[in-house]
Amino acid sequence: MSDAARAPYEDRIVTAFTAFAVLWAIVGMAVGVYVAAELVWPQLGFEQPWLSYGRLRTLHTTAVIFGFGVCALIGTSFYSVQRTSHARLFSPKLAWFVFYGWQILVVLGAISLLAGWTGGKEYAELEWPFDIAIAVLWISYGVVFFGTIARRTMAPIYISNWFYGALIIVIAMLHVVNNLEMPATLGKSYSMFPGAQDAIVQWWYGHNAVGFLLTGGFLGMLYYFLPKQAEQPIWSYRLSIVAFWAFVYSYIWAGPHHLHYNAIPEWVQSLGVVMSIVLLAPSWATMINGVMTVSNAWQKLRTDPALKFIVLALAFYGLATFEGPMMAIRSVNVMSHFTEWTIGHVHSGALGWNALITFGTFYFLVPRLAGRPLHSTALANAHFWLALAGTMLYIVSMWAAGLSQSLLWLSLDEVGEVQYSFVDVMRSMQPYYLLRLLGGLLFLTGAVLMAVNLYRTFAGVVTVTVRPPEPAALPSPASAA
Amino acid sequence: MSFLGVHNAIERNTGLLIFGILFVASIGGLVQVLPTVLQDSLAEPTDKVVPYTPLELAGRDLYIRESCSTCHSQQVRPLLAEVRRYGPYSRAGEFAYDRPFLWGSKRTGPDLHRLAGKYTDAWHRLHMTDPRSVVPASIMPSYPWLAERPANDGSIVARMRALERLGTPYTDAEIEAAPAALEGKTELDALIAYLQMLGRFANDVADEHTGH
Repeated sequence: MSDAARAPYEDRIVTAFTAFAVLWAIVGMAVGVYVAAELVWPQLGFEQPWLSYGRLRTLHTTAVIFGFGVCALIGTSFYSVQRTSHARLFSPKLAWFVFYGWQILVVLGAISLLAGWTGGKEYAELEWPFDIAIAVLWISYGVVFFGTIARRTMAPIYISNWFYGALIIVIAMLHVVNNLEMPATLGKSYSMFPGAQDAIVQWWYGHNAVGFLLTGGFLGMLYYFLPKQAEQPIWSYRLSIVAFWAFVYSYIWAGPHHLHYNAIPEWVQSLGVVMSIVLLAPSWATMINGVMTVSNAWQKLRTDPALKFIVLALAFYGLATFEGPMMAIRSVNVMSHFTEWTIGHVHSGALGWNALITFGTFYFLVPRLAGRPLHSTALANAHFWLALAGTMLYIVSMWAAGLSQSLLWLSLDEVGEVQYSFVDVMRSMQPYYLLRLLGGLLFLTGAVLMAVNLYRTFAGVVTVTVRPPEPAALPSPASAA
Repeated sequence: MSFLGVHNAIERNTGLLIFGILFVASIGGLVQVLPTVLQDSLAEPTDKVVPYTPLELAGRDLYIRESCSTCHSQQVRPLLAEVRRYGPYSRAGEFAYDRPFLWGSKRTGPDLHRLAGKYTDAWHRLHMTDPRSVVPASIMPSYPWLAERPANDGSIVARMRALERLGTPYTDAEIEAAPAALEGKTELDALIAYLQMLGRFANDVADEHTGH
């Protein structure tokens, strides 16, 4: 075994990514709350280009996905890959390059979005110079991650690393293909694909960015931090194998359910429906595996806020991955497409699943990085209830809004003419928008409490130094398998 | 070899795991996405559909810059209520010159794919500058800066060249004449020119399909 692999774990970078993930969470969610308020009081745009809804909404999604989500995923993957490989991070220098590069990317990217630089494709809005930077940083991340696995001191590669690995590989593929574009100026490019083809490629990307980043990546987090926090092994190893490969295989087909009744071939839409239904199986296999893993540790839920967050996230994961396939059925999609229901669905995943599991993981992680207990359990419990209330208020108001919207849009009077004007339907959305704003505010408040709590936990100390265990202490390959 | 035996090999070999993920995740794209990207009929303009004029193109790029598609779709679905509300449903051939596509995924405001001619230029001018002056219940942002900025930011030639390289049939003469076409126009003029051509070919397309 090389000395480099025996050196202490590189955990300072985990602390750094965690800190910035919390920062981007608050920035991204605050912008989200602001745009939610703009839908109630449009005057909040103050006639400024950079405060207008279109630009800020793009900033919101980019900040929470690329800032909060990606920083949380890279940070937690660096933590868990070292511990599941019993080896120090491969090339810490490259890892720090990824860290600084990514933060600069998020800051400059945010400025460029406010300036109106956008490729116009959802969740891939950043213009071509940023696309190139993302590709370089992402591949560097992959080198550090797989390099660490390659120098592991035990034979099997642990399950969480399969999921983080799928995140790295598939997102690289999607990002490169969907952003094939012809630059015209520094801040403007045109997609290589025209019209209908561009739509199909975009939703192949868009759906699987959700699939492999917001689902797969966070499942990697789940598979490491849930057993750790519950102090129980994963319930079924065999189920996790089946769930993993079924997930990698079937997710990629489901994109066209974003384009039902749009101008693309019908067979593509139909295939999208079938594979979306199939997706229920791997999604729920993982959820069941997770719930069964906690099943011997329910008593910990009374005392452990971190586990509470993770288990609630699992429940929302089950909910969102049931709702998704239902919305992919064409007759349901007629009702949900273009409405607030879509926004509700996204947030049951983004708030209920992604954010909650990350919060739970951070409540587990930061005390260990700091080498002392969490500053305040009471504050974390308060955060838990704010997050739950905020998420429920958000998604229930958007469900109601979406259903009402589509019923009113699609209703015809006795002579076959549309019954309600668009403006009337839009006006009826105001109460729902107000409730959603309140939900978002509660959720943001909880996140701020967490930031304070984690900061107080870490203030005045440095990241604890941890060495990989001695080889003699390792379980033999037979018992590990 | 048993199922777990096969997997035992994959989960002990970094290269095999990477390759396995890449292979399994590619199948869907190769079977479902690649054929549609290679299907010419999806990218072929319908007879009457022509490339955007320089002013319309400048307007379309502003529509992208302001992220109008976060609230407005450009996709009328073949549903009775939508056709009644907006007009003929959208066809693939109408989007042949659209890079990127702007179908959108959300209607906070109405669909715009059949907007051409529904309102006058003067109405759009008021509406873009102060939406609530013409639609009191509107929650759309005001865009007063559009009327203050020139449509020609000096990049129209570069933009048309980029599109030409991707296959949009612009002639050299058209591209060279583009700056002059934007002369004296504001961003608002360009955006309105774009909004007023959205779906202009709708009836032609509908006629072809029904044989009239």
